[in-house]
Amino acid sequence: MNAAYSAPPEVGRWQQRALIVGVVFTLLFAVGAFLDRAQFFHSYLVAYLFWTGIALGSLAILLLQHLTGGAWGLVIRRILEAATRTIPLMAVLFVPIILGAHQIYPWTHHEEMSKTPALEQKARLYLNLPFFSGRAALYFAIWILTAYLLNKWSQEQDRTADRRFTKRMRMTSAPGLLLFVLTVTFASVDWAMSLNPDWFSTIYGLLFVIAWALSALALAIAAMSFLTSREPMSRIVRPNHFQDLGKLMLAFVMLWAYFAFSQFLIVWYGNLPEEIQWYLPRLRGGWGVIAVGVILFHFAFPFLLLLSASLKRNPRKLVMLAGLILLMRFIDLFWMIAPEFTPESFHVSWMDVVAPIAMGGFWLAMFAWQLRKRSLMPTNDPQYDSLLAQAQAPAHAEH
Amino acid sequence: MADEKDKPGSGEEYGADDIEISASPRLPLPTSPRPRVPVSSLYGVMAEFDNPSHLVAAARRTYEAGYRRINGYSPYPIEELWEAIGFHHTRLPLIVLIGGIIGGLGGFLMQYYLSVFDYPLNVGGKPFNSWPAFIPITFETTILSAAFAAVFGMLALNKLPQPYHPVFNAPNFRLATRDHFFLVIEANDPLYDHDEVVLFMKSLEPKEVTDVEV
Repeated sequence: MNAAYSAPPEVGRWQQRALIVGVVFTLLFAVGAFLDRAQFFHSYLVAYLFWTGIALGSLAILLLQHLTGGAWGLVIRRILEAATRTIPLMAVLFVPIILGAHQIYPWTHHEEMSKTPALEQKARLYLNLPFFSGRAALYFAIWILTAYLLNKWSQEQDRTADRRFTKRMRMTSAPGLLLFVLTVTFASVDWAMSLNPDWFSTIYGLLFVIAWALSALALAIAAMSFLTSREPMSRIVRPNHFQDLGKLMLAFVMLWAYFAFSQFLIVWYGNLPEEIQWYLPRLRGGWGVIAVGVILFHFAFPFLLLLSASLKRNPRKLVMLAGLILLMRFIDLFWMIAPEFTPESFHVSWMDVVAPIAMGGFWLAMFAWQLRKRSLMPTNDPQYDSLLAQAQAPAHAEH
Repeated sequence: MADEKDKPGSGEEYGADDIEISASPRLPLPTSPRPRVPVSSLYGVMAEFDNPSHLVAAARRTYEAGYRRINGYSPYPIEELWEAIGFHHTRLPLIVLIGGIIGGLGGFLMQYYLSVFDYPLNVGGKPFNSWPAFIPITFETTILSAAFAAVFGMLALNKLPQPYHPVFNAPNFRLATRDHFFLVIEANDPLYDHDEVVLFMKSLEPKEVTDVEV
């Protein structure tokens, strides 16, 4: 039964190509480390947060679909599981951030931090390298454990068809999701918000949760569309599955806009110097142009297009929109992080482009490798039979 | 069920079991050579099923047979049914979209008019047209108006409220709110021919086939 849903040979070819791209661009990126050490780590951080976001967002959606059930979750479950098995890779890739922390985080500069008592206390109690590294280790331990358990039970379910595993995965997903939101909130404060130790926003963590879930969903839709155009997934996936994924993407786009705007509105209305200092450089000059681009192409354009039911049912159109959203996710992340390093004026380095491609090559290679390891459908899930029945029903209503 | 073919034309009831039906005027019995049924007095022919998958399968076959003026009735929503009876497109999404646009524009312009023309107030030195502050209310009025458009648009497209509907003339139809499932081919279907429709419906193996009067 499992051989019926083994990945098409193209996945193996893509794995090779991604690996080659990863190696070539990593060599190129390594040259940058000698040319401009600070820029190297700045670019590294943005690329890292982007790809880690996809791995962790996949974990979030995996937890979510175990709780809600539904055919949309069943058809992308193996894609999400493969993505969560890349989290250990991202844990290893966190090491350069600790090594380059002095280039990235202002709180590592003691003379700067001792200027005001508040900052001095923050640095002493919370934002210091040993505690920062220890917290990161804890986050990764929690994420890897959650991903490991869900992957293991899913495999057991494939092997034994035992209903116990279905229940166990669901029972783990509820606390897992709570824990996920908490850990991502802390991680986003540590890894991104602490770039500006004076500034804080309480919705920042949720903004990262939804942004990462959105980028993971966009990648899952792209992978899904790639697999559905080939055997064996073309036998089971129907336009209404893409419609459900499209609906979810619309909801995520709206939720992202809601969180991002909520943060802006409160800061704009309060108009306090210590709060607006985060937005001022980001809304001026070149950064301001990017901000408008993010509003238009991260929210308005996808929002309007995703209202259309026929677009959501068309995998080829939906995958183009998913690609746009992935690109805009990266640009939004760049807009959130990079102005901390060059607040005076817009600045983009060639390394900002090379770094995400280098890391993405390795990430995608590992993702494809993990995807090939298991059957693409959890055929022993209790929901599988109704999915199969639906796929075999006369399709006269599909158009 | 075996004997149902042996009892053609027993008034408005063509069913298998001897469920007694009364209080509705009898239709003219079919007479040879060509039975004349006063089609104008009929709303359609109804088939009764006792499980949803049977209804969906029957609806699919009915649609495939070319009938278009068909409708299914069930105690609860059946997702496959609307596809099976060929009900693809509704104008409701468009109505909701228009409702949302009117609500959004209306909400924003109301605030703009109030804060800029009608009663301009200097709040903390902010411009009168403080559009970021208008967004939450614009969002709310968009949702409110779209929701109203959805509810009232749905009612209007379904021609509700409808104090009278012919299907309630069918004696067993009260079970449609409990545990029975019904399929009706309406008399205004282009392919409608009473005897053929009755024969066709029997071929779907329902519990019962009944005429529905207007």
